[in-house]
Amino acid sequence: MELNSRIPEGPLAEKWINYKASQKLVNPANKRKLDIIVIGTGLAGASAAASFGEMGFNVKVFCIQDSPRRAHSIAAQGGINAAKNYPNDGDSVYRLFYDTVKGGDYRAREANVYRLAEVSNNIIDQCVAQGIPFAREYSGLLANRSFGGAQVSRTFYAKGQTGQQLLLGAYGAMSKEIERGTVKMYARREMLDVVIVDGRARGVIVRNLVTGELERHAAHAVVIASGGYGRVFFLSTNAMSSNGSAAWHAYKRGAMMANPCFTQIHPTCIPVHGDYQSKLTLMSESLRNDGRIWVPKDEKKAALLREGKIKATDIPEEERDYYLERRYPAFGNLVPRDVASRAGKERCDAGCGVNNTGRAVYLDFKEAIQRLGRKAVEEKYGNLFEMYERIVDENPYVTPMMIYPAVHYTMGGLWVDYELQTTVKGLFAAGEANFSDHGANRLGASALMQGLSDGYFVLPYTMQNYLADQIGVPRFSTDLPEFEQAEKEVRERIEKILNVNGTETVDSIHKRLGHIMWEYVGMSRTKEGLEKAIGEIKKLRAEFWQNVKVPRLKGMNNELEKALRVADFLEMGELMARDALMRNESCGGHFRAEYQTPDGEAMRDDVNYSFVAAYEFKGVDSEPVLHKEELKFENVEVKQRNYK
Amino acid sequence: MNLTLRIWRQKNNTVKGKFVEYHLDNVPKEASFLEMLDILNEQLVMKGEDPVTFDHDCREGICGACGLYINGHPHGKFKNTTTCQLHMRKFADGATITVEPWRSAAFPVIKDLMVDRSSLDKLIQAGGYVSVHTGGVPDANAIPVNKHCADLSMDAASCIGCGACVATCKNGSAMLFVSAKVSQFALLPQGQVEARDRVQKMVARMDELGFGNCSNTFACEAECPKGISVTNIARMNRQFLAAKIAEPLKK
Repeated sequence: MELNSRIPEGPLAEKWINYKASQKLVNPANKRKLDIIVIGTGLAGASAAASFGEMGFNVKVFCIQDSPRRAHSIAAQGGINAAKNYPNDGDSVYRLFYDTVKGGDYRAREANVYRLAEVSNNIIDQCVAQGIPFAREYSGLLANRSFGGAQVSRTFYAKGQTGQQLLLGAYGAMSKEIERGTVKMYARREMLDVVIVDGRARGVIVRNLVTGELERHAAHAVVIASGGYGRVFFLSTNAMSSNGSAAWHAYKRGAMMANPCFTQIHPTCIPVHGDYQSKLTLMSESLRNDGRIWVPKDEKKAALLREGKIKATDIPEEERDYYLERRYPAFGNLVPRDVASRAGKERCDAGCGVNNTGRAVYLDFKEAIQRLGRKAVEEKYGNLFEMYERIVDENPYVTPMMIYPAVHYTMGGLWVDYELQTTVKGLFAAGEANFSDHGANRLGASALMQGLSDGYFVLPYTMQNYLADQIGVPRFSTDLPEFEQAEKEVRERIEKILNVNGTETVDSIHKRLGHIMWEYVGMSRTKEGLEKAIGEIKKLRAEFWQNVKVPRLKGMNNELEKALRVADFLEMGELMARDALMRNESCGGHFRAEYQTPDGEAMRDDVNYSFVAAYEFKGVDSEPVLHKEELKFENVEVKQRNYK
Repeated sequence: MNLTLRIWRQKNNTVKGKFVEYHLDNVPKEASFLEMLDILNEQLVMKGEDPVTFDHDCREGICGACGLYINGHPHGKFKNTTTCQLHMRKFADGATITVEPWRSAAFPVIKDLMVDRSSLDKLIQAGGYVSVHTGGVPDANAIPVNKHCADLSMDAASCIGCGACVATCKNGSAMLFVSAKVSQFALLPQGQVEARDRVQKMVARMDELGFGNCSNTFACEAECPKGISVTNIARMNRQFLAAKIAEPLKK
């Protein structure tokens, strides 16, 4: 299989303009005859579904929650980037593009990122027109703030609930189309397979989570917007039902999986406190604008803190190590996420970590409260402080917050070309489910931008270009043998799980997988560790199929839902480890301990690894085939990132 | 800590449910309420029993999926707290905790503690949006919004759609939910064009779906995990009356 990224000709700034000028269109009478399936109702899925419906296509949308409004995009706190340059601080489309390529450690495709930066401004216009209550200045104009790793204030926000407001905007737009009848919503459904007819994606098999029945749905094209696979680590900031199965089954049907090892570990999460814990909570990165990160300089003091013999406030100023400010004087506490996470881990590994686990650092607002006053701090971060206090039972106005890195986002995902089409014709991937725009590390406030860019402003064009060739294709019957066969395979998969009837719960196995992943495929990776992980994951996978215990129930069966997802995670984890092992360099969120500078910074290898790694499925127990898409940088100079 | 749980168990919507008592030992007090239920479910699965079904997802208080009636209060008795953000340290060791699903005619039980809240989506579909299409909109700063209004709009827009207001209302009314959406747009210039239609359509849909009316007991505001204010209901009533007189909806 050949990878063709189908990047349009012409100078960078004209590629998208040229594409739009020459793409094929579908006339309104024909749009009515064409059906599109969208999997997922987060920012990418909901915005795509709404836009397709407005254009006149017939849309079927699926989500696993009880309502499309609950997709996990809702939990994004901080904000959304755009190159509006409203604050007059020198921002531009090129700068947003440049920062995103650099932030992604030069492992993203230039043309895609430029397009993202270009449409970022349209997104803000669209969201404001929808009535999203963004933060405003007294002038009535939009407020901006600076956000992790950016030297300009280009982030738009709605309190600490930007994702919620943007998602509800897209949900509203989709609700409008549901009312009009162009979009049909199927909630509490989980996609378990994609159906390929004559080499093109033509439908899906979903499980109705309430009745337990399998359903077949046909369409002319399928969009996967089902989010990321961070829950492979068990503990993450993702929602409980977030999973990678839709993308994984697309992979098993011929779509390639790209850069699976690029995982983002977010530096500011509430630390782990126990085995029974189900998820980790993110504290918005915006806190790093005013909070200062430190640990005690002296290991002995750190030990006393861990034992609870002294308090953080007992450590005098001169005994505190503001390690980010020390190591990175230019960016200080605002270095990108991967850099901040690793620096925190390094201090904890050196024995300076706090909390009873030794796996936490302080995020201190003492200086900000002195500088701005408590009221101003409260106004900016009040809801986050409240959330922290509710979970940890400590008042962050008085005692510094404790934070530790946690899995947050997966930059890897289904390989897509410039049109967001996977290697399977008619199968598209959008939002976190694809790999496209963030390279090896995603910058803060860029996920919302990419989700909405794909859904509102990219897919409506590229999907039309694809469907223009399909106007003569009549609607498909779900009685085709391909549907029959796909459903049969799903049914067998379910039966196989139910028949194991072993002695270990799904969660228990999932937690063990999470430990392997966190230990060996987490923040710092080594050749030996990754080889070990591959072996352990294989062993655990075999154990799952011999010993998992899933009750056989009529209708609703949460344990079965979880088991189906974990079965896929057990395969996905192995691919992530393989990819990390293949990539003999450190870049962005991927840090190989063997490849670092003497002072502990990531060492990229642009000569040998400046490519997208796309894997072709060859069977669960066979090695996947690696395909390389070379990355060409014609508009930015590839440099070692330097935040010092 | 050790607990006695009285949990509502119901196989589906067509059969009767009942309370079943469970004893749970050694629950860590740092665990969240839902993590406590996870611990129970792990034990039930190992014993070969049917685990307790409940809705939950983000577990950080924003998706609105979770919602349990705990000791007679939706999301428990603590202010501004969703079920997933409620921690076991708030309960006494040895306590008996009663857990029920949302109870409202508009929210039929699916199984155990899980109910069908799709009627809330149908309310939004009636007009809880500004009907702009993708593209072709003015520059974002071409629409200045008074900061005070934008802040109030944001407060109303904070609703997570969990349905606690409906569940706690003796009339099973969705007035707080609908008024929060109506207010979000009523406070912004973008919402003005369709304001009269929106409020009338959403109120009519509320009646169609079998939600009750408001009798101003304000239980909804008291139990709302996001602190949505009943002044939104007053604003909606004002808007509704004015719209009904100025431009009644064509039947």
